[in-house]
Amino acid sequence: MQNPEGLVFHLQRFSLQDGPGLRTTVFLKGCPLACAWCHNPESQSAAPELLTLEQRCMHCGSCVETTDADSVEGCPTGARQRVGRSMTASELVTEVLRDRIFFEQSGGGVTFSGGEPLLQATFVSGVAAALQANGIHTALDTCGFAPTEALLQVASHMDLVLYDLKLMDEARHREMTGESNGLILTNLQALAAQHPRIWLRVPIIPGINDDAANLAATAQFAVQTPGIQRVDLLPYHATGVAKFGRLGLHYRLEAVPPPSVEQLDAIAQDFRAQGLNVTIGGRP
Amino acid sequence: MGERGPRPKAVPTYPELTCHSVEDLQILDARPMTSYKVDAAMVACYESEIIPYWRGRSLRDQIFEALPTEWHQAYGAGIFTEFMEQRAPGHTVLDDKIYTRGLRDFMADIQRSEAALDMAQDPEALDKREQLRAMTIACAALIRFAERHAELAERLAGSESDPTRQRELLEIAKVCRWVPAHAPRTFHEALQYYWFCHLGVITELNGWDAFSPGHLDQHVWPFYQRGLAEGSLTLEGAKELLECFFIKFNNHTAPPKVGVTAAESGTYTDFANLNLGGLLADGSDGSNEVTHLLLEIIDEMHLLQPSSNVQVSRKTPDAVLKHALQVIRNGYGFPSLFNADAVVEEQLRQGKTLEDARAGGCSGCVEVGAFGKEAYILTGYFNLVKMLELALHDGRDLRTGEQLGPHTGDPATFATFDEVFAAFERQTRHFLDIKIRGNQLIERLYATRMPAPFLSVLTDDCIATGRDYNAGGARYNNTFIQAVGIGSLADSLSALKDVVFEKGLVRLDGLVAALDSNFQDQEILRQRLLNKTHKYGNDDDYVDDLMLRAFQFLFGAIDGRPNGKGGAYRLEMLPTTCHVYFGEVCLASADGRRRGEPLSEGISPVQGADRAGPTAVLKSAGKMDHIKTGGTLLNLKFTPSLLAGETGLESLQHLVRSYFKLDGHHLQFNVVTADTLRKAQAHPDAHRDLIVRVAGYSDYFVDCSKALQEEIIRRTEHVGF
Repeated sequence: MQNPEGLVFHLQRFSLQDGPGLRTTVFLKGCPLACAWCHNPESQSAAPELLTLEQRCMHCGSCVETTDADSVEGCPTGARQRVGRSMTASELVTEVLRDRIFFEQSGGGVTFSGGEPLLQATFVSGVAAALQANGIHTALDTCGFAPTEALLQVASHMDLVLYDLKLMDEARHREMTGESNGLILTNLQALAAQHPRIWLRVPIIPGINDDAANLAATAQFAVQTPGIQRVDLLPYHATGVAKFGRLGLHYRLEAVPPPSVEQLDAIAQDFRAQGLNVTIGGRP
Repeated sequence: MGERGPRPKAVPTYPELTCHSVEDLQILDARPMTSYKVDAAMVACYESEIIPYWRGRSLRDQIFEALPTEWHQAYGAGIFTEFMEQRAPGHTVLDDKIYTRGLRDFMADIQRSEAALDMAQDPEALDKREQLRAMTIACAALIRFAERHAELAERLAGSESDPTRQRELLEIAKVCRWVPAHAPRTFHEALQYYWFCHLGVITELNGWDAFSPGHLDQHVWPFYQRGLAEGSLTLEGAKELLECFFIKFNNHTAPPKVGVTAAESGTYTDFANLNLGGLLADGSDGSNEVTHLLLEIIDEMHLLQPSSNVQVSRKTPDAVLKHALQVIRNGYGFPSLFNADAVVEEQLRQGKTLEDARAGGCSGCVEVGAFGKEAYILTGYFNLVKMLELALHDGRDLRTGEQLGPHTGDPATFATFDEVFAAFERQTRHFLDIKIRGNQLIERLYATRMPAPFLSVLTDDCIATGRDYNAGGARYNNTFIQAVGIGSLADSLSALKDVVFEKGLVRLDGLVAALDSNFQDQEILRQRLLNKTHKYGNDDDYVDDLMLRAFQFLFGAIDGRPNGKGGAYRLEMLPTTCHVYFGEVCLASADGRRRGEPLSEGISPVQGADRAGPTAVLKSAGKMDHIKTGGTLLNLKFTPSLLAGETGLESLQHLVRSYFKLDGHHLQFNVVTADTLRKAQAHPDAHRDLIVRVAGYSDYFVDCSKALQEEIIRRTEHVGF
């Protein structure tokens, strides 16, 4: 029996916004995109990383002149942390099944997010298949930038796919995420031809993708694609900014205000007018 | 209609049970929080008459004189408290018996029981005759008490010029002429009958947790239905009567305490706890329209008293649970939620019949009982963390230097974790024995010197057996010990096992020295204990297994030991506010807690130690076998934002149902932000209405002590993201 290994950076229990019911979201490390607004920058690198939570550090000096591993182990406050741990598929299955009773009660389950789960396609497929065999609902939260084959193979073990749609303009997409959106859009069409349950996830980032032209193109694409059960508008928030600093990374966006409730309502209304089922923040 | 004193909020002091000193009265009058107005005339009366007579004669004085030195030492050291040194055994709840029978019917039963006494064969017959006659006198007194209300209402009606008010007064008179002598015929009479019984019980003896109608929605449902069908009752009329009923409860504060109990429990709340929903005796769902009506009233009035809870069984409709959660979400901390199926199973395990168990429920904070059929006595809180502290000091209490417990070995000689645990077990057994020996004596004093004949009329099978409620007359007699600090204990055990015996980062005597010095110059060690050890409440088997090991040991050491009334001792896991007091008497502990800081409360994790979210807390708590207890208390705090909208409500509902599938006994929520609490702390005048869930009850936040306020703020907020 194969037991592939994966790199996980967080397990979020009692997750309410990544699919139906009470869920555990598995955050996988490594992402092919580098979105300027990323709120999980620790997810981008496909290797374990060290970070320091400054406000927890008591400046005891335990981490000075020691190895990275010892600095994490020896840190008394937990300020020094390793992001990313290797887990085998069976370990992860055991871990997420801890909340089985909540999944079964609520119609919830497990969502694979990241990072980009499709970078660890074999691992994610293995875990998802084992969960489905246990009757647990599975969901994939993907940016769509991956080989089509990998997407379709992983999605075949998913009861639901949450698919990000960030920017419709190819050049703008490349500028803000580092890659073209061409593959993402064709992948979505390929997926839609096979998978009946897709929720589009559209981040709303003022000044980046909230212009009328982008929103109209997004809505149009959603309307024309079969299998789109609903569209979640996810308002931008700045919680990722501090994380960039902790990792010693630079945050590219100037101070972006979160979108207003009025603006979100207006966008939702436009989308609904075109027959789409829309939520704000993933909560119906 | 009817108050215990000359005006609302007036409360007697019951000197026959506990005789306040002049200083006590002055402190009660002057203290800034939960004060009791005591005027000069009252103080003078105490000085000239009450104290000279009752000092030395009050039951508290008799109890303290009779208890041995070892008990006083342990009590003084904060190892346990004793409920019955200040208030009588109570904690009891009425069943459905008054809604079909009047006190005259009960008097007839008493007559029959007396007539059946066999003076020739039964050596107790004379005692029984006295008891039964006292019951008759008590019934007659309550009927007379009601008649006097009728007389006053008639007199007032005679001089009333407003015809509407006059009609109301005449209606009151009519009701008070009929109940409690006869079985009630209307919704109004049913409520008034209960209220007279309530006044009778709380006037007779100052019993713990006042008294409660129990399954109120079930009991008044037939009267409600009939009234609406006949047109004699309207929905608005029923609601107004219930609201008046609530105000009556809120008018009755807990009698003032003396000595150490005042520090433990500073509250006006008298713990009367309504049970909504639940099961009928035949096993079917007990909720009805009145359940929803009561939830509406709880939401609208948000009074401190009566407390309320919803008994949630598998059969309870989601609509009832959701309605309750909506009220909870509004932030008043109640109703609390109980697992009605577990409550039944817990009672079956204690040997009750299925019907009696289903008709039972919860009272006080979280305690199970067979309503109207049981004397279930809480004896006091027991400090688990102090037991580990003594085990790490060879039985010596470092605060006083006294050799308090048995010699269980110098910790420097402990080579394994099991030796620490064995020392903990020995210390605990030693003090449980002291507590239980003391309790046997206290129960005996109550049985022989402090009968409760009226409460005995209302409690099966006291009439049939001719025995008092306090002397084993009830059908069931359980005595409970409330263990406090299981979360702090589990985390301390886990830290010792991990840091000392497995990783070897510090020697045991070194760690004990750090605890003794309150971590002086040992902040790095303290931070490691706080942040780098396994903590209960995270669904982490390493520490949860230690929690279970301690729980199973406690259960074995307590459950089934015979009490003095033909019943048995049982284990409960609840703190009220005693985890604060118990923390004050404990040194620093191995979980990183500093000296004097509160212990964990109920079966909740240590404040702030749960970092994996609410499902992990529920999983950890669910590993305990709740069915073996007489009640456990779990507190979860949520910010309102997490619970917003339909999704929030449904999530909460799923959490509750899942925890109850795990046989969890009780769950309650604090729905406030820490920010709001900080503001309330800084500006109490602007937040006088802020009610928080404290333990098994809610209280005004600004009335809580600073230490308790801090502790409530620290309890983990489960913020979703």
